[in-house]
Amino acid sequence: MPVLEIQGLTKSFLSPDGERTTIVDVPGFAMEAGEQIGLAGASGSGKTTFLNLIAGILQADAGTIVVAGHAMTGLDEAGRDAARALAIGYVFQTFNLLQGFTALENVELGMLFGPGADRARATQLLERVGLKDRLHYRPKQLSVGQQQRVAVARALANRPKLVLADEPTGNLDRRHAREALALIRETCREGGAALLLVSHDPEVLAQFETRRDLAEINRASAAQAAPPEARGA
Amino acid sequence: MSGILLLVRRSLRQHALSTGITVASVALACGLVMAVFSIKTQTHEAFTGGDIGYDAVLGARGSQLQLVLNTVFHLETSPGNLPWQTYLDLKKDKQVELAIPYMLGDNYRGFRIVGTTEEIFDPFEYQEGKKFAFQPGGRAFDPALAEAVIGSYVAEKTGLTVGAHFNPYHGVDYDEKMKHDEDYVVVGVLEPTNTPSDRVLWIPIEGLFRMGGHTLRGTGKEFKAEAGKAIPDENKEVSAVMIKFRSEFAGMTLDQKINKQGNTATLAWPIGKVMLELFEKIGWIDRVLALVAYLVVLVAAGSILASIYNTMNERRREFAILRALGARKATVFSAIVAEAAAIAVLGSLFGFLVYATILSGAAAVIRAQTGVVLDVFRSGVVEPFGFALPVTVAAPLLMVLIGALAGVVPAIKAYSTDVASNLTPTS
Repeated sequence: MPVLEIQGLTKSFLSPDGERTTIVDVPGFAMEAGEQIGLAGASGSGKTTFLNLIAGILQADAGTIVVAGHAMTGLDEAGRDAARALAIGYVFQTFNLLQGFTALENVELGMLFGPGADRARATQLLERVGLKDRLHYRPKQLSVGQQQRVAVARALANRPKLVLADEPTGNLDRRHAREALALIRETCREGGAALLLVSHDPEVLAQFETRRDLAEINRASAAQAAPPEARGA
Repeated sequence: MSGILLLVRRSLRQHALSTGITVASVALACGLVMAVFSIKTQTHEAFTGGDIGYDAVLGARGSQLQLVLNTVFHLETSPGNLPWQTYLDLKKDKQVELAIPYMLGDNYRGFRIVGTTEEIFDPFEYQEGKKFAFQPGGRAFDPALAEAVIGSYVAEKTGLTVGAHFNPYHGVDYDEKMKHDEDYVVVGVLEPTNTPSDRVLWIPIEGLFRMGGHTLRGTGKEFKAEAGKAIPDENKEVSAVMIKFRSEFAGMTLDQKINKQGNTATLAWPIGKVMLELFEKIGWIDRVLALVAYLVVLVAAGSILASIYNTMNERRREFAILRALGARKATVFSAIVAEAAAIAVLGSLFGFLVYATILSGAAAVIRAQTGVVLDVFRSGVVEPFGFALPVTVAAPLLMVLIGALAGVVPAIKAYSTDVASNLTPTS
């Protein structure tokens, strides 16, 4: 049974000139459990919008998205929040760690709204990503590479079936990017989570056995760049 | 729930400075409200009689309020004197259980001297069921000797103890040039009563009659007492007579006879009612104070709103991240309201410190001025919607409720945060 199944997915935004612009138009896409896919997408190709639709952060205009049995497109906002908390992990390019929280607390937040906070698991995950001695450091006290490791640990905290990674190495230098990518892939494999990673970096994508181009999946991506209100969406 | 608490704790820590300032403003507001109502309740009770052990005061024709303030609270000045015979008549009156004469007009370092009879110590009760008690080594004065019994506050402030000597000063206000030659010895110090009596020096009434420079006008003509010679009753005077009636009917009878038909004396009866009229007249002060206190509460609520609202812009991304991690809109909304309520709870807790500080300060001033002692641990009472509640319960509850309400505005802003546009830069 696929961990992710998409059919007839569309999403459009109102552009400043008042016209509707379709950003996502995906006739079909699927991922099997534990599968890892590197998705190539240029800037403005709608890859973040695509991931946000899968995560239920955005509501689709049409089509269906099923993640680990959760029909995201059939749920209301609270339902999508709950499904996301239970089944999806998300790694962002900008890490998106909460500055007021320690590394340990940031990882605990990853499971707080789903299975519930588990300090032992959070500690274990941070140990796994090599931050055993940084548990109580706040993001500002960590290097960029260490912050990304915390973000990886957080994404896996709720034992997700699917991890979405949006340019996770975009803010890292080459060496740290390689390390971070390896870490994400290994930890997802260990946790049995499927990984859908989008990047515009060929070196990153080259690490994946399965690579796809968003332009092939998303009929709208080649057409135009995202309008301002779709940015980040 | 634990998630919300974690978010609240971390947010308060992250914004420690603004949290601290807001908590302080809430503490001030809550403490002020509790103090205002507690002072109001306790002073009201103390000054409207409470369980005062006598029913009425008879004095010279004039204001009942002045009479009560002068004799019961040892404030104000005496409206004048009455013939001694008035006291004797009352003493013989079968409807009167107890009549005790007061002669006023001297002081010791600002503390009033009251000339009276030894009945003031027994059987007189300053409050129902409570007689003056002597501290160890003390006793009542001998009415024929220059002896004094002093209140506990007088002893504390002047340093007078049993065996100490002092000279009275003429007048109710202290003037070092007005020292009398008579020498009095302290034979007793009273246990604290937490009433204005703690500020009084009690001496035999005969001593005030014979004090140098005092002139008696009981007959209408001036008379000066001579040493070794008895003072005829017709020459004696009395500033006031403290009365305990055998029945309420007796009070009504005497009220009719003295206040409505007579024109030489004034009967302040019942004492509580006289003071109540005073409080009714100055009730607007209470209302203004209460209004100020309520306004301070509103300002504190506003400061909660402002302190959280001002962080909203910087926290938009934080809310978006939480939402991306699966937090529901309702969770984010609840976290903000809970944060506002938590500030109010912390403020209310510290408010008890402010309350204790204000009440202790006010108690010291009120005790020094009137002898009435306020109890820091005794709460005032408020009556919202007709239900009597201790203000130390009602004010913190109100503060937390208003605080939580103040959190609703920023919570709505957090609730409506768009997740996608606040999460990541454009891809």
